[in-house]
Amino acid sequence: MINDIVSFLGQNIEMIYILILSVFVGVEVIGKVPAVLHTPLMSGANAIHGVVIVGAIIVMLNTPVDNILALALGFVAVVLGTLNVIGGFAVTDRMLEMFKKK
Amino acid sequence: MEIKYILDIVYLIGSVTFVIGLKMLSHPDTARKGNLYAAFGMTLAIAGTILWYNHPGGYTSREPLKIILILAAIGIGTFAGWLTANKVQMTKMPELVSLFNGMGGACAALIGIMEYEHNIGNTGALATIIAGLIIGSVSFSGSIIAFLKLNETMKKPIRLPSYNILNTAVMIALVAFGAYIVYAQPEHMLLPILLLAAALVYGVLFVIPIGGADMPVVISLLNSFTGLAAAFGGFLYQNQVMLTGGILVGSAGTILTLAMCKAMNRPLSNVIFGAFGAGNASG
Repeated sequence: MINDIVSFLGQNIEMIYILILSVFVGVEVIGKVPAVLHTPLMSGANAIHGVVIVGAIIVMLNTPVDNILALALGFVAVVLGTLNVIGGFAVTDRMLEMFKKK
Repeated sequence: MEIKYILDIVYLIGSVTFVIGLKMLSHPDTARKGNLYAAFGMTLAIAGTILWYNHPGGYTSREPLKIILILAAIGIGTFAGWLTANKVQMTKMPELVSLFNGMGGACAALIGIMEYEHNIGNTGALATIIAGLIIGSVSFSGSIIAFLKLNETMKKPIRLPSYNILNTAVMIALVAFGAYIVYAQPEHMLLPILLLAAALVYGVLFVIPIGGADMPVVISLLNSFTGLAAAFGGFLYQNQVMLTGGILVGSAGTILTLAMCKAMNRPLSNVIFGAFGAGNASG
């Protein structure tokens, strides 16, 4: 068990570097955000985690074409992921559009 | 020239646009452009995956039926997402953010369910899958409750007797259950599906006691949860754009959540454990 985990970490060490550095980038990048931008920033970040759709597409590409259940689940996952991405970016844009007129 | 490298470069561009997009989103003058940059990077990452992704083990295939299904799913999601985002009144924007956040969480949870069986025997990968499954499900059901609260379908906070203790116990049980699955690696899908159900219940329990006025903070918190779930998916597939996108949102989202609490002059623990307005907490 412990061996498995250590070798998993070792095999993924570059991903772990990216992970840790990204944590710091995420913290720094939004450093001093004014309170008026809290909601649009939240909405923009919401759209960005829609990148999970890439995983849903990968699942579908790796599923044998005769596995109907898996394809159906994958289809639902891709629809949900797209809603997250498109809805997220569109809502953010609408919020910021209004922001500009003020 | 290997096709794999093209996709790697596409993912690199995607990751960079996410960082720049977030940076620009935190300044009033550049915010709108930043959002568009990130959207551009996302489009590249999605198109690149459909065109060039290949599993190193050779599982990937591109039968026309699958490609049609993927494009149809994207088409449906785009149409519904675009329509909803543009038709709804301006005042209802925060609840939409919550709804879309929930969709992302559900997507991550479904990926976990679908990948479980393929990874039995690989403890590290299973741990990643189970973590993504739990966090994605909590984020989904929690976001739906937050949506219903902002929507005023669900008006009053629902506080079960000693809900703080109850919720903490459920959370610990959930983590223990997940750890057991990673340890025992049952081949039957029953336990992973039960775990999914338990995580959904926890998401509901987590959000129902919290008052409507605190919903933006809760949505921001669930938003960073979904980011984490996406990052676990990135880890599983060794996919850099999912990892950076997810983790950026996870960490930036956490900082943003704290900033929102600060703007309201309340610590996060007050929001979650409901110390605020102890008078109406009797129930």
